[in-house]
Amino acid sequence: MTHPPADGRPLDLAIRAIDKAFGSVQVLRGLSLDIPDGQFVTLLGPSGCGKTTLLRIIAGFEAPDRGTVTLGAVDLLALPAHKRPVNTVFQSYALFPHLRCEDNVAFGLRSRRIPEAELRPRVREAMETMRITEFARRYPHELSGGQRQRVALARALVNEPEVLLLDEPMSALDAKLRHEVQGELKRIQRKYQITFILVTHDQDEAIAVSDRILIMQDGGIAQDGTPEQVYERPVSRFVAEFMGSANLLPARCAGTPVAVCGFGELHLPAPATWSEGHLAIRPEDIEVRQAQPAVNGVAGRISERLFRGDHWELLVTLGDSSTLRITTEPDQHHSEGEAVWLELPPDDLLVLRD
Amino acid sequence: MAGRTLIVDGYLTTRPRLYGRGTLLILGAFLWMGVFLFAPLAGLAVLAFATRGEYGGVEWTFTWGNLVRLAGWDEFGFSWNHVQIVWRSLWLATVTTVLCLLIGFPMAFWIAAKPARWRGLLLALIMVPSCVNLVIRTYAWQQFLGAQMPAAWVAQHLGLVPEGSALYPTVAAVYLGMVSCMLPFTVLPLYTSVERLDWTLVEAARDLHAGRLRTFRHGILAQCMPGLLAATILTFIPSLGMFVISDMLGGAKFLLIGNLIQQQFGSMNDWPFGATAGLFLVLASLVALWGLRLVSERETPHARGRR
Repeated sequence: MTHPPADGRPLDLAIRAIDKAFGSVQVLRGLSLDIPDGQFVTLLGPSGCGKTTLLRIIAGFEAPDRGTVTLGAVDLLALPAHKRPVNTVFQSYALFPHLRCEDNVAFGLRSRRIPEAELRPRVREAMETMRITEFARRYPHELSGGQRQRVALARALVNEPEVLLLDEPMSALDAKLRHEVQGELKRIQRKYQITFILVTHDQDEAIAVSDRILIMQDGGIAQDGTPEQVYERPVSRFVAEFMGSANLLPARCAGTPVAVCGFGELHLPAPATWSEGHLAIRPEDIEVRQAQPAVNGVAGRISERLFRGDHWELLVTLGDSSTLRITTEPDQHHSEGEAVWLELPPDDLLVLRD
Repeated sequence: MAGRTLIVDGYLTTRPRLYGRGTLLILGAFLWMGVFLFAPLAGLAVLAFATRGEYGGVEWTFTWGNLVRLAGWDEFGFSWNHVQIVWRSLWLATVTTVLCLLIGFPMAFWIAAKPARWRGLLLALIMVPSCVNLVIRTYAWQQFLGAQMPAAWVAQHLGLVPEGSALYPTVAAVYLGMVSCMLPFTVLPLYTSVERLDWTLVEAARDLHAGRLRTFRHGILAQCMPGLLAATILTFIPSLGMFVISDMLGGAKFLLIGNLIQQQFGSMNDWPFGATAGLFLVLASLVALWGLRLVSERETPHARGRR
């Protein structure tokens, strides 16, 4: 299990038509997915979307009802969990409480009967990379959450897996530490250049670390794209709501590039495919005007105004008492209760799938 | 001021006051242990070095004689008799414990895997036989193993025992009685360990390329160590002093240290020698506990000084 493989072929992960049900609950529905070698992919979604199940299938803790998982030319499903070139960082870290840190890190290599002479420098290197050398002789319960997590990472990485699976590894850390660890993860992934698959329900974390984000919904993939794409151009109402970045506007459309919303009409870049659906627009794309703009002007009143340091966040109540979230430059001063015109430029309006 | 104040369970108190209250609370237990355990033990220790009277009874003359006798020397010279009895007792207790662990561990897993509403019932069923007096239970085994009963009939037809004979007194019958008697005390502590098992450690071991044995060792056994030790102690120590079962199912030749003690205080009317054997049993138990403690410290180093 060295990297890159001897024959030089990339070890792309190919997941094909995976079905998995627990009793009567269908958790994964015909899910297919290609992950190129060395990519940092995040499976993002609310609990119950099937992201953890997919991870457990790749790890070998669950078997799918149908479908295939291959890594390069290797059929992963034909291998038991302990023979897969895949290692996991568990949500609870799952460190062996009866083993010292160094023995936890050495566990995988000892399982594979790597001679101690070869094993020791590898363990030392992994511990140095994760900066846990000073805790080598300690037991897991003597470490803090962040330290334990670094031990868990070292314990997985020392095996030089082709794919590293991370099951919500940061959910037990406080916000500040989480930020540090996110940077650390990115650094490690660049150093080892192996495929990372991270499972999380935290959008900010996904955006911060990933090359690519897969938003999962009801056992399928709702959107697949770079962090920028997923954040800036959500394709469906679910993704827009989950990312929480855009304003959602319920609208009707009759085949023309004009949508009818509760507060008035909006010109669209192209006609929508639905007669009733949603538009989305990001807070920073909405312009505040003193006079009525030429196109897509909407009248409203500032109901709330929050200073966020590098920008203002305004909540503007419209004619139909719906609200839009808007961000403005810190030098723009508005007051609460002020009547304003908003411009929703047609090119910035996203016509969602539903 | 009587030291710094501190808050315990929502009450403002001081350290001396806390100690005072604590002492008061455990005083009852101390008294009970003192009167009913330590005082009799001290009496036993004194008695062990007294002399047996001409016609039974006790003469308060100091002697090492009882100890020498237990080691095997009497007026007719050395005999392996007592050594054999002690050895047989240790061996019986060890094998019983091992058998109970081998049966009890899978049983604990089996119960823990059942739906929650069944587990209580199954545990209760395991405890039910213990509610019946041991002597009665052992008589039941005698009935069950009797010459006319199905078990004996099968054994006779398989040629394991001669035609028309019962399955007791035999060594196998003793083990059967011992295991059936001790099993509940093995299963319960094991069950509490198994029930709390963190299965992600099993997955972690698999994930880290461990085969079956290594996964079992580090994913399961290491976690169950406290339960295994408790089960071993609760099975081994009582087994060591057991005499009813061996007496009723093993026959007169299957003497254990328990039988030896019982005979001295009973039919032999030799209390000092009985006390010596009793004291030996207490010491043997303490040595066993100490040994298990060493094992426990080696196997669960992370638990040391944790509280």
